[in-house]
Amino acid sequence: MRADPHGVLTGTHFMDGDHACCEGALAAGARFAAGYPITPSTEVVERFASRVPTVGGSFIQMEDELAASITLQGAVWGGTKAFTVTSGPGFSLMMEHIGYAAMTETPCVFVDVQRGGPSTGLPTLPAQADMMQARWGSHGDYEIIALCPNSPQECFDLTIKAFNLSEEFRVPVMFMMDEVVGHMTEKVVIPPADQIEVVPRKHTHKSVEEYLPYGTNGDMVPEMAHAGEGYKFHVTGLTHDERGYPNMTPQTQDKLVRRLQNKIRVAADRICMFEQDRLDDADVVVVSYGITSRVAQRAIDLARERGLRVGKLRLITAWPFPDKKIVELAAHVKAFVVPELNLGQMVREVERAAAGQAKTFAVPHAGGGVHNPDDILNAIVEATRC
Amino acid sequence: MLNVLDDTINPVEPFLRSDRMPHIWCPGCGIGTTVNSFARALIESKIDLQSLALVSGIGCTGRVAGYVKLDSFHTTHGRAIPFATGLKLANPKLNVVVYSGDGDLSAIGGNHLIHAARRNIDLKVICVNNLIYAMTGGQTAPTTPGHATTSTNPYGTFEPAFNLPHLVDAAGAVYVARWTTFHVRQLSRAISEAFAKKGFSFIEVISPCPTLYQRRNKMGDGLDTMKYYKEKSKVKNGANTSEVGLTLNGEIAVGKFVDRDRPDYQTMMRAQYVEALGDRYVEEAVECCCSEG
Amino acid sequence: MAKGRVSIVVERCKACGFCVEFCPTHVLALSSAFNSKGYHPPHVVHPEKCSGCDLCGMYCPDFAIYGTKAQEAKIEETKLQKAAGGEK
Repeated sequence: MRADPHGVLTGTHFMDGDHACCEGALAAGARFAAGYPITPSTEVVERFASRVPTVGGSFIQMEDELAASITLQGAVWGGTKAFTVTSGPGFSLMMEHIGYAAMTETPCVFVDVQRGGPSTGLPTLPAQADMMQARWGSHGDYEIIALCPNSPQECFDLTIKAFNLSEEFRVPVMFMMDEVVGHMTEKVVIPPADQIEVVPRKHTHKSVEEYLPYGTNGDMVPEMAHAGEGYKFHVTGLTHDERGYPNMTPQTQDKLVRRLQNKIRVAADRICMFEQDRLDDADVVVVSYGITSRVAQRAIDLARERGLRVGKLRLITAWPFPDKKIVELAAHVKAFVVPELNLGQMVREVERAAAGQAKTFAVPHAGGGVHNPDDILNAIVEATRC
Repeated sequence: MLNVLDDTINPVEPFLRSDRMPHIWCPGCGIGTTVNSFARALIESKIDLQSLALVSGIGCTGRVAGYVKLDSFHTTHGRAIPFATGLKLANPKLNVVVYSGDGDLSAIGGNHLIHAARRNIDLKVICVNNLIYAMTGGQTAPTTPGHATTSTNPYGTFEPAFNLPHLVDAAGAVYVARWTTFHVRQLSRAISEAFAKKGFSFIEVISPCPTLYQRRNKMGDGLDTMKYYKEKSKVKNGANTSEVGLTLNGEIAVGKFVDRDRPDYQTMMRAQYVEALGDRYVEEAVECCCSEG
Repeated sequence: MAKGRVSIVVERCKACGFCVEFCPTHVLALSSAFNSKGYHPPHVVHPEKCSGCDLCGMYCPDFAIYGTKAQEAKIEETKLQKAAGGEK
């Protein structure tokens, strides 16, 4: 389906990541946001509040993130595409409702513009320390998708992708920005609406009698209905059967949570996006994401100038983690170098997936700024010598 | 579902998910009684069931959502009101009812309760108040009267309890009423009145919890409690809500306390945008998010 | 001839006693029979006194009893079904 032109600000712009994310949401068809102010994410919803009354739809600033994170889900079930935006402390508050979205299979997007933590931390400075939280933050077994843009242009493009994935898989998608990407101003090209591919809501065409809210036809993603259409369906966060009725038995639990997990895992090849460069002859691969990938690029280039055979793997999809790609690379490289603005999060995934076939070197950073490329370069050099 | 002995049908049956009966509520619990009043209000008001959505939170009353044959949402603890707000804003044509308990709405959900009342979001909130956290085994709720025994106040409560009508009145609700499960007809009428009103309506229904609240406080069973409501209730329509607080053994003021008019959230929102943007204001999304057809 | 008739869905009853207490004409009493859950459901002891007011139905927390007006019972059923959107 093509994007609705009313929401597409076609043209060449000079804008920061937060603003570009808002435009991406509008282009994707989002017509509702519920938010709560938190630095450095607030501009996303401030722009949405200003734009949406002339595009169609609404914005409401709720009294806290607990409310915002579920108000948007009410809007989804009311028939619209919706999202919210936050940073660390708000992300923590939203965890219960991320779990609710996963359990009820509510398609929606949660944007986290990461900042220094823990707790109040560094409100105006970057970090990438919510990556594990994005995956495991809520209780129970569930699976989500997480994307990491590394530029304002990607904040536009990948927000559309985030919405598309959320609709395709009926899953909450975590859009993991960071304060630098959110506040850096760069050229953002927004194409005409007819060049933007948008995934529509997987709405059922079944009759009221036939429709099963959580029944699947083998593709593991149920069809959805909206309130007010006569289906009289029930949605609950309790473990439920295909009718959506609470059914609290181990058998129903097993069936349900495995499906919630598998609907993402079996499609991992399609969902996992990454950018790769010069991997064919690489001894060492630098695995990075978000703003760190741009600093890492400098380190990789410097290393190559010195004759070191270094390749780049930039994670665009952080979750599900691209196990397959790491396994493939681990078979022929000596080591992975994983710089992150945290004390070691995604590096654990790289190490796990590499399963000892290659070494893993972390380049941690407690946050508050970006790496000095020399620190990444030194790690690369050390990795080539191992 | 028809009664096997004759061919009549229970008036409430079309509103129930009969395949889920009997329900889990205890003998003598009043929640089911409130559902009867609710169903009759729907019939009386001729509400279009297709555009009615019911949202509940967690707790015994929260289970109402699973038993009514409507578009129904059993959400998280305390957050029925914000979910309902999202539903209503996305589809203003929906009639949105929030049906939840005193703990869910006034403790964990307290913040959302007062803000929705302040904003005058067009929601009909039915708060079944059994003065306790029932589902989890009988803990103190913000509405538990002083000197009652609960599982978390085994030596007796000593905190002042919320006067819910006063709270929502002060926050800005346009319709505030309290009845008990004894007052089945009045409750039904109150719900009908709330449906006829635009804005934040709040109906508190005092209900027995024979298994926990009544048993622990040696107040008999559900029937004893219904008789107690009959004896202790006093109709005080138009009363000052500051004076309708409940005590352990005292009078239960019931009636319609607040019935006023002020523009609801969406009316105000529209007016503001029209004033600021004129023709540029686009109220609803032009295209649906679903595929064509 | 009674003006109304009571219908009892025995298996849903939890013997709370509301219907027995609040029937204005004392039509009902708890029976000595058991349903499959072990509760004593009510039974009609004075059918001639039933007015079909349906207060029993309004009070019943278990949707296990209701009253209908005798002559119009069938007409009422259709009307109610229409009001509920044709649902059974």
